[in-house]
Amino acid sequence: MDHVLQLVYLLAAVSFMVGLKMLSRPDTARRGNAIAAIGMTLAIFATIFLFRGQDGSHLGNLPYIFIALVVGSAIGYLMAKRVQMTAMPQMVSFFNGMGGACAAMISLIEYGHLSHAAESGDTVLFQTKIPIILAGLVIGAVSFSGSMVAYGKLEGKLKDLSVRGQQFVNMSFLLGILLLSVLFALGSLEGVWFYLILGLSLVYGLLFVFPIGGADMPVVISLLNSFTGVAAACGGFLYDNYVMLIGGILVGSAGTILTVAMCKAMNRSLTNVLVGNFGGGGANVTGSAGVEGTTKEISLPDAAVLMKYAKKVVIVPGYGLAVAQAQHVCHEIETLLEDEGVEVKYAIHPVAGRMPGHMNVLLAESNVSYDKLVEMEDINPEFKSTDVVLVVGANDVVNPAAKTDPSSPIFGMPILDVEDSRNIIVLKRSMKAGYAGIENALFYEPQTFMLFGDAKDSLTRLVAEIKSN
Amino acid sequence: MGILEFIHQHIEMIYLIILMIFVGIELISHVPSVLHTPLMSGANAIHGVVIIGAIIVMGQAEGALALILGFIAVVLGTLNVVGGFVVTDRMLEMFKKKK
Repeated sequence: MDHVLQLVYLLAAVSFMVGLKMLSRPDTARRGNAIAAIGMTLAIFATIFLFRGQDGSHLGNLPYIFIALVVGSAIGYLMAKRVQMTAMPQMVSFFNGMGGACAAMISLIEYGHLSHAAESGDTVLFQTKIPIILAGLVIGAVSFSGSMVAYGKLEGKLKDLSVRGQQFVNMSFLLGILLLSVLFALGSLEGVWFYLILGLSLVYGLLFVFPIGGADMPVVISLLNSFTGVAAACGGFLYDNYVMLIGGILVGSAGTILTVAMCKAMNRSLTNVLVGNFGGGGANVTGSAGVEGTTKEISLPDAAVLMKYAKKVVIVPGYGLAVAQAQHVCHEIETLLEDEGVEVKYAIHPVAGRMPGHMNVLLAESNVSYDKLVEMEDINPEFKSTDVVLVVGANDVVNPAAKTDPSSPIFGMPILDVEDSRNIIVLKRSMKAGYAGIENALFYEPQTFMLFGDAKDSLTRLVAEIKSN
Repeated sequence: MGILEFIHQHIEMIYLIILMIFVGIELISHVPSVLHTPLMSGANAIHGVVIIGAIIVMGQAEGALALILGFIAVVLGTLNVVGGFVVTDRMLEMFKKKK
């Protein structure tokens, strides 16, 4: 292989590691992303111009390669630039699916090459490469179809769906795919079975994600992200290409850790998320022992006064904030209150919204400084000294049933202890349950007041109210 | 071909895989949750490195079918890379310190 190409690959691999490291600190994150992007660009162009096949020939079809690159870049760039901040999670899922599909297609084409080679007698190569090709095919295909379902669910185009015995069906599919793959790799099966394995993997991806509730989508996207990483690493194995191997495995391992961290934040195991029926499975989700009592509404002027004369206000954002695009007006309230001398903080639950960090991204968009965004463990002791908690479109993450009701599906999930504070104002569209589909006893607490309506609308009117008196 | 043979042939890569697993864990273990989404998105863009495989496949393609499939693979991979990095950048451009 070309020496310069090797060097570029080395640089690219280092840029991925440095990039990931820098991405994990707020002040260097953007540069980290740029560094990884530069490394990737170098690796791509070096491959196009310097790569030599086993017979020493350069790559052909260059015009077509460039057309493909331009087409992909244009579509990817436009999609990424146009997407709403609220739709970021599904966008990540979509791009992840594209990577998975790419890995599966590489396997598909390489299989075609290999079967040609095998027909002309080169069976050794065939046997060495077939397990890796199969791994790339299966993992890439599952990642692709799974990501597309996650995308569709978050876009609201697909509903949760599960049938009785779904886990059994899923398990049979998985075992079936594994068994067929092993038999295929050993040479007991051939030809059309390859495509059958591809088909089964695609269907498995669908079955795998469909029954998982929307609230667990972050975990699923993160998991599928690491799947695609592993699929990419299979490509590295196939071509003896270290940069693909390193990039893929880095993402595979980092993605897995991130997935586990997310599950931990919900106090559940990964198995429980994948097999469980949170927010949409077959079991009875309304499990809670029934919430009784009445809720109180609060008028706008009262809410405004309560907040304006508070010492400390904590805002708890949730998915409702994202849906209503209320992040800007939320920041406006924050500055208004601060001008009045009120201490304002945001309490960020790790799984608020549809993705970890979803709230941070949204609020950062409206220029909320990130030292105001306080994580759950740090803010929880502070609720006792908080005068007003403003819950904006969050529900399950402030549901005390997670602490008190063992029959609740979210029992055991750490929540924000907002009920410790003196007053709670809940902005909510209706009394409908949150994503997990369960009642929230918080709304019936004596210190809780409801303010019904679209979050953006209510906040805008609150701003006007605070300004006017 | 036995498993031992397979390991023997790929021993360097297997070492590398194990090392990279630990590097990946180490890199991501001290991330504030503020950065979880951008980090996931950045990692998503990095696995777009699979495009290199697609380019190799397409550059060696003979016959229309392989070329068309390769073309699609390169387009999909580019989507992953470009879309991934641009989305991540858009998320991060919002992380500004207050004034």
